[in-house]
Amino acid sequence: MLRFVLRRLLEFVPVFFIIVTLTFFLIRLAPGGPFAAERAVPEEVLKRLNEYYNLDAPLYVQYFDYLRDLAHGDLGPSFKKPTLTVSEWIALRFPVSLELGLYALGVALLIGLAAGFLAALRPNTATDHVPMSLAMAGICIPNFVLGPLLVLVFALWLEWFPVAGWDLQQDKVLPSITLGAAYAAYVARLSRAGMLEMLAQDFVRTARAKGVSETGVVLRHALWGGMQPVVTFLGPAAAGLLTGSFVVETIFQVPGLGREFIQAAFNRDYTMIMGTVLFYAGLILLFNLIVDIVQAWLDPRVRLS
Amino acid sequence: MDAQPQPMLEAEKGSSLGQDAWRRLRQNRAAVGGGGVLIVMLFLCVITPWMAPYSYEAQNLELGSVAPRQAHWLGTDQLGRDLLTRILYGGRVSFMVGFAATAVSLLIGVTYGALAGFLGGRTDSVMMRVVDILYTLPFTILVIILMVYLGRNLVLLFLAIGAVEWLTMARIVRGQVMSLRKKEFIEAAVVLGYSRRRILFRHLIPNSLGPIIVYCTLTIPQVMLLEAFLSFLGLGVQAPMSSWGLLIKEGVETMEDFPWLVVFPSIVLSLTLFSLNFLGDGLRDALDPRAGKD
Amino acid sequence: MKPIRIGILTVVSTAAFTGCLFREDRAAIGIREGVLHMGNGAEPQALDPHLVSGFTEHKILTSLFEGLATLDGTTLEPKPAAAESWTVSDDGKVYRFTIRENAKWSNGDPVTAHDYVYAWQRNLSPGLGSEYAYMLHCIWNAKVFNEGRLTDFGQVGARALDERTLEVTLENPTPYFPAMQIHFSFFPVHRANIERFGRIDERGTKWTQAGNMVSNGPFLLTKWWPNRIITVAKNPYYWDANAVRLKEINFYPIDNLQTEELTFRAGGLHVTDAVRKSRLPKFRATMPQYLRMHPFLGSYFYRFNCARAPFTDVRVRRAFAMSIDRELITKNLLHGAYEPTACFTPPNTAGYTCTASIPYDVAAAKRLLAEAGFPDGRGLPPVELLFNTSEEHKLIAEAVQQMWKKNLNASVTLVNQDWKVYLDALTNMDYYVARSSWIGDYYDPNSFLDCFLTGGGNNRTGFSDARYDELIGRAAKTPEQGERYRLFQEAERILLDQAPIAPIYLYRRVYLRVPELKGWDENLLGYVIYKNVYFETCGAK
Repeated sequence: MLRFVLRRLLEFVPVFFIIVTLTFFLIRLAPGGPFAAERAVPEEVLKRLNEYYNLDAPLYVQYFDYLRDLAHGDLGPSFKKPTLTVSEWIALRFPVSLELGLYALGVALLIGLAAGFLAALRPNTATDHVPMSLAMAGICIPNFVLGPLLVLVFALWLEWFPVAGWDLQQDKVLPSITLGAAYAAYVARLSRAGMLEMLAQDFVRTARAKGVSETGVVLRHALWGGMQPVVTFLGPAAAGLLTGSFVVETIFQVPGLGREFIQAAFNRDYTMIMGTVLFYAGLILLFNLIVDIVQAWLDPRVRLS
Repeated sequence: MDAQPQPMLEAEKGSSLGQDAWRRLRQNRAAVGGGGVLIVMLFLCVITPWMAPYSYEAQNLELGSVAPRQAHWLGTDQLGRDLLTRILYGGRVSFMVGFAATAVSLLIGVTYGALAGFLGGRTDSVMMRVVDILYTLPFTILVIILMVYLGRNLVLLFLAIGAVEWLTMARIVRGQVMSLRKKEFIEAAVVLGYSRRRILFRHLIPNSLGPIIVYCTLTIPQVMLLEAFLSFLGLGVQAPMSSWGLLIKEGVETMEDFPWLVVFPSIVLSLTLFSLNFLGDGLRDALDPRAGKD
Repeated sequence: MKPIRIGILTVVSTAAFTGCLFREDRAAIGIREGVLHMGNGAEPQALDPHLVSGFTEHKILTSLFEGLATLDGTTLEPKPAAAESWTVSDDGKVYRFTIRENAKWSNGDPVTAHDYVYAWQRNLSPGLGSEYAYMLHCIWNAKVFNEGRLTDFGQVGARALDERTLEVTLENPTPYFPAMQIHFSFFPVHRANIERFGRIDERGTKWTQAGNMVSNGPFLLTKWWPNRIITVAKNPYYWDANAVRLKEINFYPIDNLQTEELTFRAGGLHVTDAVRKSRLPKFRATMPQYLRMHPFLGSYFYRFNCARAPFTDVRVRRAFAMSIDRELITKNLLHGAYEPTACFTPPNTAGYTCTASIPYDVAAAKRLLAEAGFPDGRGLPPVELLFNTSEEHKLIAEAVQQMWKKNLNASVTLVNQDWKVYLDALTNMDYYVARSSWIGDYYDPNSFLDCFLTGGGNNRTGFSDARYDELIGRAAKTPEQGERYRLFQEAERILLDQAPIAPIYLYRRVYLRVPELKGWDENLLGYVIYKNVYFETCGAK
């Protein structure tokens, strides 16, 4: 186990290196630099700005400079929002996205698993169709529709929650639900399928035949196995949730990392894009590693070798 | 579901599997209903150019956006264009994108994931790290670059969407295959000396069909909405043509003033996705290799 | 699982308990306590007056800093601000400002002429790379210093004769020089404050953070939580502090119009940055007392690429420009939010109103197109209409596409691009027709008309006319307003005759504002003098 984790962590190094390289050159391919503006920036000024940020050096020199700074843990200044460095921006924004993501993940798991398992226990009955239809609705209604709709009903008409913001605890309810809803739907469908799969397995039938009670069968055997596809899905999903969602953060004006990232992409804020991509990369790799470990733990037949 | 699990070897009579599945599918009322709705929807979208009383781009600025009425069953949009016509035309795009991009993601994802899970070891490790890398690349930038260097067309749109959607599919299939690989019937197949290809395509993938189909029905809506985002960025559908995702996205902006602009496209999209979903569930049950022949 | 469960518990329990928490909303409390809550459209890039470039920042910075002069909120005539008075030499090239004796920084230090010299030196320092330094190029030698060809700032035309006297020598007579002082590029900075956190020409130092910043305006920065809120509070050292009636202003960087509007309606804001045009009919009918609309110094127009066929032919350009029904677009599509225009410079810009125009005349347009060799659009190559990604630009482009199809039988493809790609295409002139807009930098027609000088960075159409260049050049050297405006008239007539652009509409500020908010000026510049703003409560009536 320990060896497995260590080896995977070692694998991170080349993967990270590839991501840095690919992203670095990729973003330079996109037309328009960070200082292109509607009011033409005078050529002299543009030259000075490029000098200031070392953007006038040949690309490969910039690349090696970036690698060197990165090795020292320096992600550089933000071109477009110079008041803070990229690391400071991430440190400021990520906790917000993390908090929102955790709530949304909670919503997704709680509702999703409950609905999925309930449905799987009595397939093709009302307890199956009702939660599954709701789950489907969760997928069909995109969050850019659900968000404004929830605001209209719960903030404007019922006045239960604020419209937007991220200061009070009650600010966090609507965005969490909006973000979590689609994921809940996924979890519900995947867990239902996984459960049904498990309940049809030989060992479950054996257990039933041996007279283990239905609850026992479900809890002891089917539940964990049934979560398998959910867990696989949760790896990337959790990374996506925790790093923030542009749409939900915009609708509810949540000061998270997701918005920052998309804005950086549109602004061609090179260092900011690099910084956030690398940060995401770290999270995704980490989550996938966790998923692999959890998967092995859920299903002893998958050996970590 | 009365499908009684049967011993694995039963399913080996491959030739009748398709027929069995078809028979089982027909007995599933929800699936048949879903399929029916889908066919009607598809048919309407296909014949639209010959049937629609309006053009998707004909404007009437004096009229502007009006609520449903006799001349315009579903109302008109802000440029005075007939909404029903635009929904039907949009459906052509959405169906095409939904199916094509999902097919791309399915093809790549399933093959890739199954291979990785089956081969295991170092190969699996490398293959999965490639997926990780692709996951992390900044998608928005990628789309912009694609658009700038390769122009804008629908094929590119399928590729762009397929290229991101296969990643999760690959991970899910790999997870399934890995857990199946250690099962008795696979080990039996190995002992019997079946070729790797046969084991992969006849045993591992068919036995992972459940999650694959379910994830597919989840992918299609995702793809249709992703298309809206990409079209908004400029890749894909160009105005004045539209798609369901785009219609909804634009409709939300005016949901308090012209609610029909978001309500009708949403209803059509949801109806389609629901049908697709029932059909998907039916298919999953019908194709289950363990399901008996009743 | 544990933190997740706790998260859920929090969510659920708050859901249960919040039902009756906010009855008296934020706006009502604000009115009672003199705290203004305003939507500000977007997060500012920075709060350093020499590093920013937009209206978003302008609205915050004018509360924090004060230039030498300000403008009258209604007439937009220059008025004394940090300077109590000034004199102009007869040739209009030398200004002498006398700074108020009681002008103070927010830390109590006196504001001196040296502070302005220092600030302008900083803004013009080549190393800082200030994008808006060109605003100061009207000052003698400023341009050469800014470009690094002169290193001694002593030779630039800004000198402190003593603590309170600032002498500015200009390149040309610039009658609008005092009016330009409301622009952030002229704002002073506190030398010790800047240098405590970095060099004079260092970008992104920490001096602009709350607690660090020293400013000289009616308000001082007390809180800056990026993407959440910026709070400024009354500056007790401000020379006119007695006139300042608001206790605090909160700027909310809400960049989603729907969210901003809903926040306003839920009582979270006193004034919004803008509203969606599709909302106007309903607002007019149901809440007219909140809806504010007034002209703004900006033009929305289409650019033609004069270097690319078929737009190399002036007749084709004019034909296209003349077949846009601007009235229909502004009235029906944009619900009367904007004013259709047939010329480029907004009317009554510092007293200048253009007399030339490009009429909407389909018959004439068809004739012109036929003369150019494309009778009834035959032989006209397919062209593309480029716009940057936005719902509103798309709606307008779709309407214009149909108009050109109907009126000229022209086949036009719509191309939307991400903002930076769009700018790139514009700069490299890789387009046929492109949606554009221009907001005046200062209150003078020159801010509009000098865009189209030959080879100018903001020209981007390939338009070049020797007579036009000469007229604008002569206007710059003319101190007398009447004569200047006559030159501008002739120049703009050439511009519209040559039609490198097709004017469409003039901007308006369209936003929501609570009726209790008073002293909020409505002028062409959208320039609000915060010290005049106050709340009138019902009881006071």
